[in-house]
Amino acid sequence: MPQSADKVLDHSKLFHEPEYKEMLANKKATYECGHTAETIHQIGDWTKSWEYREKNLAREAVTINPAKACQPVGAVFAAQGYEGTLPFVHGSQGCVAYYRSHLSRHFKEPSAAVSSSMTEDAAVFGGLTNMVDGLANAYALYKPKMIAVSTTCMAEVIGDDLNSFIIQSKEKGSVPEDFPVPYAHTPAFVGSHVDGYDNAQKGFLDLFWEGAERKAGDSINIIPGFDGYAVANNRELTRMLDMMGVGFTILGDVSEVYDTPSDGEYRMYAGGTKLEDAKASINAKATISMQEWCSPKTMEVVEKVGQETAVFNYPMGVSATDSFLMKVSELTGKAIPDQLKLERGRLVDAMADSQAYLHGKTFAIFGDPDFVLGMAKFVMEMGGEPSHCLATNGSKKWAKQMQAVLDASPFGAKAQVWAGKDLWHMRSLLATEPTDFLIGSSYGKYLERDTGIPLIRLTFPIFDRHHHHRFPTWGYQGGLTVLVKILDAIFLKADQDAGKVGETDMSFDLTR
Amino acid sequence: MSQLRQIAFYGKGGIGKSTTSQNTLAALVEMDQKILIVGCDPKADSTRLILNTKLQDTVLHLAAEAGSVEDLEVEDVVKIGYKGIKCTEAGGPEPGVGCAGRGVITAINFLEENGAYDDVDYVSYDVLGDVVCGGFAMPIRENKAQEIYIVMSGEMMALYAANNIAKGILKYANSGGVRLGGLICNERKTDRELELAEALAAKLGCKMIHFVPRDNVVQHAELRRETVIQYDPTCQQAQEYRELARKIHANSGQGVIPTPITMEELEQMLLDFGIMQSEEDREKQIAEMEAKMKA
Repeated sequence: MPQSADKVLDHSKLFHEPEYKEMLANKKATYECGHTAETIHQIGDWTKSWEYREKNLAREAVTINPAKACQPVGAVFAAQGYEGTLPFVHGSQGCVAYYRSHLSRHFKEPSAAVSSSMTEDAAVFGGLTNMVDGLANAYALYKPKMIAVSTTCMAEVIGDDLNSFIIQSKEKGSVPEDFPVPYAHTPAFVGSHVDGYDNAQKGFLDLFWEGAERKAGDSINIIPGFDGYAVANNRELTRMLDMMGVGFTILGDVSEVYDTPSDGEYRMYAGGTKLEDAKASINAKATISMQEWCSPKTMEVVEKVGQETAVFNYPMGVSATDSFLMKVSELTGKAIPDQLKLERGRLVDAMADSQAYLHGKTFAIFGDPDFVLGMAKFVMEMGGEPSHCLATNGSKKWAKQMQAVLDASPFGAKAQVWAGKDLWHMRSLLATEPTDFLIGSSYGKYLERDTGIPLIRLTFPIFDRHHHHRFPTWGYQGGLTVLVKILDAIFLKADQDAGKVGETDMSFDLTR
Repeated sequence: MSQLRQIAFYGKGGIGKSTTSQNTLAALVEMDQKILIVGCDPKADSTRLILNTKLQDTVLHLAAEAGSVEDLEVEDVVKIGYKGIKCTEAGGPEPGVGCAGRGVITAINFLEENGAYDDVDYVSYDVLGDVVCGGFAMPIRENKAQEIYIVMSGEMMALYAANNIAKGILKYANSGGVRLGGLICNERKTDRELELAEALAAKLGCKMIHFVPRDNVVQHAELRRETVIQYDPTCQQAQEYRELARKIHANSGQGVIPTPITMEELEQMLLDFGIMQSEEDREKQIAEMEAKMKA
């Protein structure tokens, strides 16, 4: 045997040992009834043709590798941003295991959430009993300060009414009468995690602000939206706003719970927006949404109570950060401090230093609607050219907005906008109209493998690289991180392209 | 604009719910009310008398064609009918497949989120048969219909259904704002019909809103896919619907939490009214029949 207790091989080596190679070849020949390697190769090539691309884009009946998650993922994430809050998903158990693992795999932290564990009988008789018992158990076992309820498909299909169920649970004593239980209907078969985030945030504001009289103050609220870089980005926002001396509340801050230290103590809840701050946030002068497509319904609630509003699309880079800070300054009357101006200058300087390598490089970008908007803007600002801008959860309205952003710059002239398309569409696009680089999530690695176009991981979920989310992408500092990641990919590619000794190595430069 | 008023019509299948609601709404529009009808029956026949058409394209049918609900615009699914009444049908699956209840939830959410409820005084839901699952209870959830009107008649099954619907309302009334507006008796010419309806209303603790007499003009109008109000505005039956509309309009905020009765109580009531036989009478009748056959 190739391995023993004394000599344990990693799986990446183990299965290439002769014993396994033989076994796998035998399995293939005897049991798999597959096509010949030649046919597979042939079809593989054909799927990269224009002919296949047209068939692929006309596809109606199936979605392959959608670049989105489902609503409750967003709702669970939003809930975790509040102090002592336990996300409680009304529905079946396996769904909740998925949300937890999806978030854990990205943040490399535990993700606490519970389920009301509906089974066959609940599907027939309705899930009221599950809600009553579930809330009582969750309250007794995990001692939360707030339980945030969302739903899986099962509860939605049978039409369970959360409002009525929660009131009845309280009547039956599951949780105290005054215990906060915000809720959001989050059918997974509609929209995506960004809508789930929005629905949940709306649920929180509805609860926190219910019946409260607004006494307009001069602080501001920030709603960050669903963000895989939330840990570092929320801290960067805090740093910048503190420097400005602005009073602010981040509505839903996961930066602690998704970055807990290893010191021997398990923290099921850590940090998060204080519930009293969330209640008091009705008195803010204005609320800023960092991600428009993560907050349409939430911002309606904000408008209704009479606050000013401002929305951004995942602001990255110089001008987007400028707009954000200037808006904050305008709303609060606080000046932008010199220190931030210095940081701005440094980012501009760095971009100028690398201009020769950035100019004219083409980038395909996929991800959530706000990310793709923000990323494309920053790419154009650094002299790059977006080629394919794809959001599986992007609507027609998003596509128009995206097109307008591209039209506003000569660097956007070559770009095409793909709303509602998936990553198998993207594969065809990259195979027929290749780009220099691909920006997206870990799911882009299959495209990188199939097309040879290097992937730059800059958005949720990043499962196969560690700790990127601990560095910001917002603010001038964040702009620098993003710039460096893009440049690293550019330089690596340049070295690889010049890597053949005696052939291409006249460009294998020490200094670039 | 006054506060948006939302009402819903429930009742046993075939009781004349859609006919009654459309005639009533046609009368209501004469009172200068801006109305939106949301048909919540997969049969999609809640708006044809207002639109004077066969059947209208439904939200779910169009959504299935477009790919998903998100691809729809509200203008695609709202048709304008008699005197500006806005009409929309949720639609749903063919009998025997899928989930009609979820369809109702999807359609109502879509309409509300996309502004179909803006700029109307009334939203009226027309909901099929019994409240068979959570989906068909959508119109009586919090922030939807404030009052439910149950269309019934003096027939036994209609009374059962009315009581069942009252049970459904009770479930939501305790935790929300929904109330039973009252009963509307659509005459079937059964024995002591008005008295029976009034007795049930008393048991449920609600009003008998109106007794709509049977009149063939309704069928004549319906053949032409019109309401009586449109077909023959001066006839007596049109006056009846106007009276019903006036009563519903005046009934705002006066709904009650119903007190549905048990099966035994309901059966006793039917016995008292001679609609149902007692066990002894039944056995006597069987014995008589058997005696006849032997003879």
